[in-house]
Amino acid sequence: MIDKSVTSVRDAVADIADGASVMIGGFGTAGMPDELIDALIDRGVGGLTIINNNAGNGEAGVAALIKAGRVRKIICSFPRQHDSHHFDARFRAGEIELELVPQGNLAARIQAAGAGLGAIFTPTGYGTLLAEGKETRCIDGRDYVLEYPIHADFALIKAYCADRWGNLVYRKTARNFGPIMAMAARTAIAQVKQIVPLGAIDPETVVTPGVFVQRVVAVGSANARATA
Amino acid sequence: MKRLDRDAMAARVARDIPEGAYVNLGIGLPTRVADFLPIDREVILQSENGLIGMGPAPAQGEEDPELINAGKQPVTLLAGGAYFHHADSFAMMRGGHIDICVLGAYQVSVHGDLANWHTGAPGAIPAVGGAMDLAIGAKRTFVMMDLLTRDGQSKLVESCSYPLTGLACVSRVYTDHGVFNVGPAGASVVDMIDGLTLEDLQELTGVPLRLDVDAD
Repeated sequence: MIDKSVTSVRDAVADIADGASVMIGGFGTAGMPDELIDALIDRGVGGLTIINNNAGNGEAGVAALIKAGRVRKIICSFPRQHDSHHFDARFRAGEIELELVPQGNLAARIQAAGAGLGAIFTPTGYGTLLAEGKETRCIDGRDYVLEYPIHADFALIKAYCADRWGNLVYRKTARNFGPIMAMAARTAIAQVKQIVPLGAIDPETVVTPGVFVQRVVAVGSANARATA
Repeated sequence: MKRLDRDAMAARVARDIPEGAYVNLGIGLPTRVADFLPIDREVILQSENGLIGMGPAPAQGEEDPELINAGKQPVTLLAGGAYFHHADSFAMMRGGHIDICVLGAYQVSVHGDLANWHTGAPGAIPAVGGAMDLAIGAKRTFVMMDLLTRDGQSKLVESCSYPLTGLACVSRVYTDHGVFNVGPAGASVVDMIDGLTLEDLQELTGVPLRLDVDAD
């Protein structure tokens, strides 16, 4: 019997090792899998490469991971914000490497990895600093930049509901990077509010089919938190 | 001469957004355009973090941290609205499915080059977000900005000195002094505030301008 559910967030991240590349869902704090990140911090591993839209907001989630000194490199589109102080400090101290990627290129490169593509040609960034030194091509009169897929060892994402096969339904704008990160990582781990029986999710509403998901963990109830 | 304030600029942009348009309003000043779209004109707002059919801010106490716009502020979804993931969101943009995008800017060139993501100042931490995708993706890209910097330099320029966001992507610039078309033929004045002449604008901007008599 296939059962992708794990009982605790600690177990869910138990094989993430030093130096791993980890995609983390979320746009700001919407869709940020805080409980999985806390478990990753508790695990004590470092030297991580993090792929996220931002570089931490406030004190929780990616910000906490950076504050704890676990991040060697971050690939993101929008690091600098009014509440990105933990990233700002580490970046200015030269302790964290930044690869800045336009948001749509970040999404397209992640999706390309999940879809098994070798590269993409994107019009975004052509003629700018962020395309310097990159191969370009004119196709049907429009200029494009060659960009490579972004793969990762793990993806930590937040969805609303899952079943034991790993099918996922999201909630509102917390969906953001979840579906494409699940595709792009070798091991995709989703924290959800609840895990429901097979068949309880209307197949017409499944956003991420379970084939893209390796582990699901419920963090929705007080009970789940206690056993985490 | 009385320069347009922020609300008047937003109202002027709103005048050019037609019924049925799919529109993305950038973070900051462009967001204000939504307040000036007439209630009887159906315009669909997209926000690149993953919603289309965006409604106004919720009533106090009704905020949902999982229903936000690209500026990370709480919003609502109108009946008929939808959610989607980031790859679909930027496919809408890059794939030319959005009619109009309104952005702020540090500088716009007379040929429509845009600079709005990075000052290039030493020590500045760069952040680009969706700016480069938004600039080149929509069918028409509008810019909303003050014509002059605080120390009187024109932000409508012959050639951008700040790092570029996109090449030849802006078609129209809405400022506190007037509205300009930009593009391959250079810059032209669509309208200007009372008390200004073409010569005045030419002197303020230092770029060649002509009157755009055919502008819609």
